[in-house]
This record gives sequence, structure tokens and C-alpha cells, in this order.
Amino acid sequence: MSGTTVLVQRHKNLPRKYRVIVSKLGLDGHDRGAKVVARALRDAGFEVIYLGVHQAPEDVVEAAIEEDVDVIGVSILSGSHLELVTDLIRIMKEKGMNTPVIVGGIIPDDDAKELKKRGVFEVLGPGASLKEVVEAYRKAAEARRQ
Amino acid sequence: MSDLEKIKLRMKEWEEEVLKPVLKKFPEIKEEFLTEEGLKVDRVYTPLHTEGRGWDYLNSLGFPGEYPFTRGPYPTMYRGKPWTIRQYAGYGSAEDTNTRYKYLLSIGQTGLSMAFDLPTQLGLDPDHKLAWYEVGKVGVSMPSVREMEIVFQGIPMDKISTSMTINATAIEVLSMYVAVAESRGIDKAILRGTVQNDILKEYIARNNYIYPPAPSMRYATDLIIYAAKNMPKWNSISISGYHFEEAGATPAMEIGFTLADAIEYVKHVLDRKIVNVDSFARRLSFFFAARTNILEQIAKFRAARRMWAKIMKERFNAKDPRSMMLRFHTQTAGVLLTAQQPLVNLIRTTLQALAAVLGGTQSLHVNSYDEALSLPTEESVKLSVRVQQVLLYESGIIDTIDPLGGAYYIEWLTDMIEDRAWKIIDEIDRMGGMIKAIENGYPQREIARAAYEWQVKVDRGEIPIIGVNKFVEEGEQTKVKILKVDPKVRERVISRLNALKAERDYHRVRSLLERVKKAAEKEDENIFPYILDAIKGKVTLGEISAALREVWGEWRAPEVY
Repeated sequence: MSGTTVLVQRHKNLPRKYRVIVSKLGLDGHDRGAKVVARALRDAGFEVIYLGVHQAPEDVVEAAIEEDVDVIGVSILSGSHLELVTDLIRIMKEKGMNTPVIVGGIIPDDDAKELKKRGVFEVLGPGASLKEVVEAYRKAAEARRQ
Repeated sequence: MSDLEKIKLRMKEWEEEVLKPVLKKFPEIKEEFLTEEGLKVDRVYTPLHTEGRGWDYLNSLGFPGEYPFTRGPYPTMYRGKPWTIRQYAGYGSAEDTNTRYKYLLSIGQTGLSMAFDLPTQLGLDPDHKLAWYEVGKVGVSMPSVREMEIVFQGIPMDKISTSMTINATAIEVLSMYVAVAESRGIDKAILRGTVQNDILKEYIARNNYIYPPAPSMRYATDLIIYAAKNMPKWNSISISGYHFEEAGATPAMEIGFTLADAIEYVKHVLDRKIVNVDSFARRLSFFFAARTNILEQIAKFRAARRMWAKIMKERFNAKDPRSMMLRFHTQTAGVLLTAQQPLVNLIRTTLQALAAVLGGTQSLHVNSYDEALSLPTEESVKLSVRVQQVLLYESGIIDTIDPLGGAYYIEWLTDMIEDRAWKIIDEIDRMGGMIKAIENGYPQREIARAAYEWQVKVDRGEIPIIGVNKFVEEGEQTKVKILKVDPKVRERVISRLNALKAERDYHRVRSLLERVKKAAEKEDENIFPYILDAIKGKVTLGEISAALREVWGEWRAPEVY
């Protein structure tokens, strides 16, 4: 497939560039997954705002408002996902935001179910392919744009 | 005709007469066989790959315990002393961690390795706003000397060796260990163990840094110099490639970046003009990963040893052979654990541990099969210890030193990895050293690129992973028992912290902190004794770190992906 074809396809799929945040929520420094996801989304035509490590829930919400993003992606591998994401969603609700949230990291099955119950759009665990990741962000962004 | 010419001739004949007819009927399963480094692997290796390239036994290998230490740092290796079985552990409160350590020792672990929670690693007390979420999650919470007392209740600090994964707050935490030992009448000069104290790799890959590079390097060298003078049995740094590998680095990147970091530390210590190279270099230790691709991993460890010997002898003019011997801890590669079909991880970690031992490691952590899901349980960590014990007692691999030494493929691979790692070091030299390279984002970018390329290949199925992209069990439900950290840990740790603060003399705490700050302001002062005094005076880790932040500021990393 030539580069031009890819470009045309991208435009067909994404009439307007989707803007997403990829961030490391909490104090966890394991950023391999977040960086790979950021790059995969960028290569798939998304506009990626990579916030990097050590983000408090307040920081992420503030950036999401400022950048008017379609999806908030957070990565957590320290086991603190339930507390951190619960606070993130609470703060978003207080601000009247309904931006879809995608959580990635080391998330046990039961916790993934619980996170979805609390309003998370999708949970991506170890072994998720880049295709699945991009697809999840695209669906989330479409949901928000509707 | 020389022997090599005879081999060359015979090989040609073999290719024509034996190989070709078989290839015609049964082609090989793929066009090209590549190592994880991307090196093209030949069908078979012969002396043409070693002697044929000018390799000679005495210069390339020599004998164990002797320059260039390719075969091992010690003349008897595991025949004299087994590697230390050292599982990285710690979670929740000091009581939880004390229980886990006693359990590990009861099943045959021979050294301790302390994991601290993220607030401790980042200089925040558990009552800090950002700390709240993370107290006790990935390690034990350690805000004051009181917690260290509890962790080591009933554990003989004069007999056991303890390794601590602590970097940006290494002096605070080591001071707690020293303070507890001294309170039990144990002289710090006899304490054995290691502090990671490797801040450079935090900027590159692990991300648990606090201060900017310049004061951080001063902090790290203060510890190295203090230990050289006061704690002769303590490894004052563990220069780590593990985290590079975990972040995506290839084997040559792993050792190339690690040795470039090591060069930077040695330069910085020597620049202080307080100690000479042979008085501290023997206490520099290393930490690498072991992946499942065992032959390349063994070559990697051997290459690292030979390179370090050369660096210390030729670049830094070390005279004491102990300054040239690379000693290392190994952890099996966490990134190769799968959440899918988790028991398969036991097979992976066994191979990885085998690679570490055949590579000549001094101590070893074997990941537990459930660690792609959570912290390990007692049951899963027991199996990790048992993997090591089977290798040590049943496999016979300890009977002779460097058993793969001299294998044509291993020697060729060792040379190739070494060549590539030297190129990385040369590149960093050209940039003006590792700190400059980090500021340019060079190692970060290289590692991120390698991580991305790896994932793309996994997605395409070019890198097979059982359970993930091959032999997948559709609709698989993980049925693994998971360790959950008790949420009450937070309250327990904070209430103990408050009790400690209530019994302190406020003015004394203020003056201890003032002295730490004054020492931090003076670049030629060693900050260690001031922090040790503060820790003994019940000043908390968060308070000391806050004082240092006031003087040194905080580091905000350039984000490279």
C-alpha cells in the first residue's frame, strides 16, 4: 500500500482530526505503554497531547478542558487505578464533562468491570494490540462527537 | 593448509553436497533468522566465526576472576558461592512487609530486596495529596525510621544482605537502615547490601526522579563517597539496564546505555577529587534483565563484563582488578510476562533465570507468574524461589564456570553485541556524555522507537507470544488468585506518622532541616551525614525531600515518544 492511499483512507475515516490526551495518572513512572499508544494514535492520524508522567486527576481534567479533547487516555500500572480513576471521573462530573475515558495498564478483570461500571469507556490490558487500541480511541471519539 | 583453510574448504563441500539437496526438498521455516538485537544468525557456527575473525582465547576470554572477566568475576563462581536468591518484595505497611520477608527467608531466600512505594521513591510522606492513591501499592511505605524498625523486627541485619530499590531518596532510606542497625549495636561498617542510587536511568526510563540532573548527580556521588569511606561492604550504586530493557531497549542498548551511565558516575566521583578510582569502583554494581531469548542474553552479560573491565582499565586507569570486575543482579524480564495463560509465565521465567545463571549473575530475582496481573502472592513467589533452587541444586549448571564459553555462536554473539554497545557509547561520548545525551533525548528516543517497533512486530505476528498472538485461548478467563493491598494501610501509616511527629521537639526538627539545606547549598559538602542526623532525629523523608526541593528545585522532563 502506498503512503498516499494511507493518507486518503485516514481522511475518509477522520474528517476532522480527533484530539486525545494520553497521560500517566498518579505517581507511576512505567510509561512504555503510554508512549507506544501515543505514537500509534499519532500514526493513525489522531492529534495526541501527551501529558507524560506524574499527573494528578485535576491536572488531566484541566488539560482536557484547555485542549478540548475528544478522549482522555490514562495509563496506570501501580495498582491505584480504582481510586485514581474514580476521582478523575468525579472531578469531570463536577465540571459537567462527559469526555470518554480510556484506561490502560495492569488492571485485573474484576477491576476492569468495576471501572466500566463507574463510567469508563474502555479498559485495555496487557496484550491489547495497537489495532484494538486505535479502534477503542476511534469509537470513543466518535461517541463524543455525536 | 591451515586448520581454518581446511574448515573453510570442508564447509563449502558440505554446503554443496549435504545442505543444498536437503534445502531443495525441505526449505527452512523462514528466509532470515534474527536475534532480538536484529543480528542475522547463520545456519551453523564454526571456528571461522571466532578464530577466523581474529578472536583469540586469552585476549577475549582469559580465566574467571581475571581480566577481562568475560568468564566471570570470581575464580570459583558458583562452585564457591551460589548466587544470592533475592526476590524484590515489599508492599503495604511495614508489618505486611516484615511478614513477607520472614516468609521468603523461611523458604530459602538468601538475601533481601526492598521495594518501596512510589511516595517513598518520590520523597512524599503518605499524607501528601498526590501520595494518597499510592501508599503501599508497589512497595512498602517508608516515611520515617520507625517503619524501618518494624520491617526488620526479628531479621538479623548483621547477617543478611539487603538491596534497596531507591534512587532519588536513596540517602534518606539508607540512613534509616543505618539508624536502625546502629540502634541494635551493629556497626555500619559491617552492613552488607546495595542501594540502587542510579538517578540517570530514572531520567531515561523509570521516571522516579525529583531534582534536576546536576544536584541529583551530586546527591548520588555524595552517597558513593560516603559509603567508600564509611561502609566498605556496601554497594553504593546499582547501575541499571533492567529498566531500559523493560522500556523497550535491545540488548546492546541495554548494556550500552548502562555502561555510559556508569562512565558518567565515575567521572563525577573523580571530579570531586576526594577519593581515587580504586577506593570506590569495586563497590559499583550493576543490574540487568534476563529475557527468554537465552543465548543472546548470555552473550549480553558476557559482553558487559568484558566492556566494563576495559573501560575501567583503559579509560579510568584503575589498578585494582576488583575495580574492573562487573558484578550484577538480574531480574527476569517483566515485560515478557503475559496476563493470558499466566501459568505459562513459569516456563518463561525458568528459561530467563537459566540465562542469568549461565551469564554469571551474582544475584537473581525471578518474576512470579501472576505479575502481569498484580503483585505476587505467597504461593506464586514461592514458585519463583523454587525455580532458582531447582537450577541451583538439581540442574548441574553450577558445576563448571561459564559452560557456554568457547561455543562458536556464543563467542560470535558476544563480540557482535559488544561492537554494537561500543557504538552507542561512542555516540554518547560524541554528545559530551550521558547527561547531555539525556538532555538531547537520545536514549529516551532510541528506547521509545525500539518499543514501538517491537509492538508493531507483535501485532503483525512476526514476534510470536504464546497466548497473546499464538495459541490464543478464545474467551479465556483468568482464574488467578490476586494479592490486594489492604486500603487500611494508608490510615495505619499516617496515624503512626502523626504519632511520631507529635513526640518530636519542633525546634530540633527545624534546626536539623536547616542544616540539611545549608549542606545542600554548599556544593563541596557531603550531604549524607546531615541527612543521617535528621533521620535519627525523626525528621521524615517527606520533610527532608521538601527542604532539598527548596534548594535544588524540581525536574520537569522533556516528553519524548
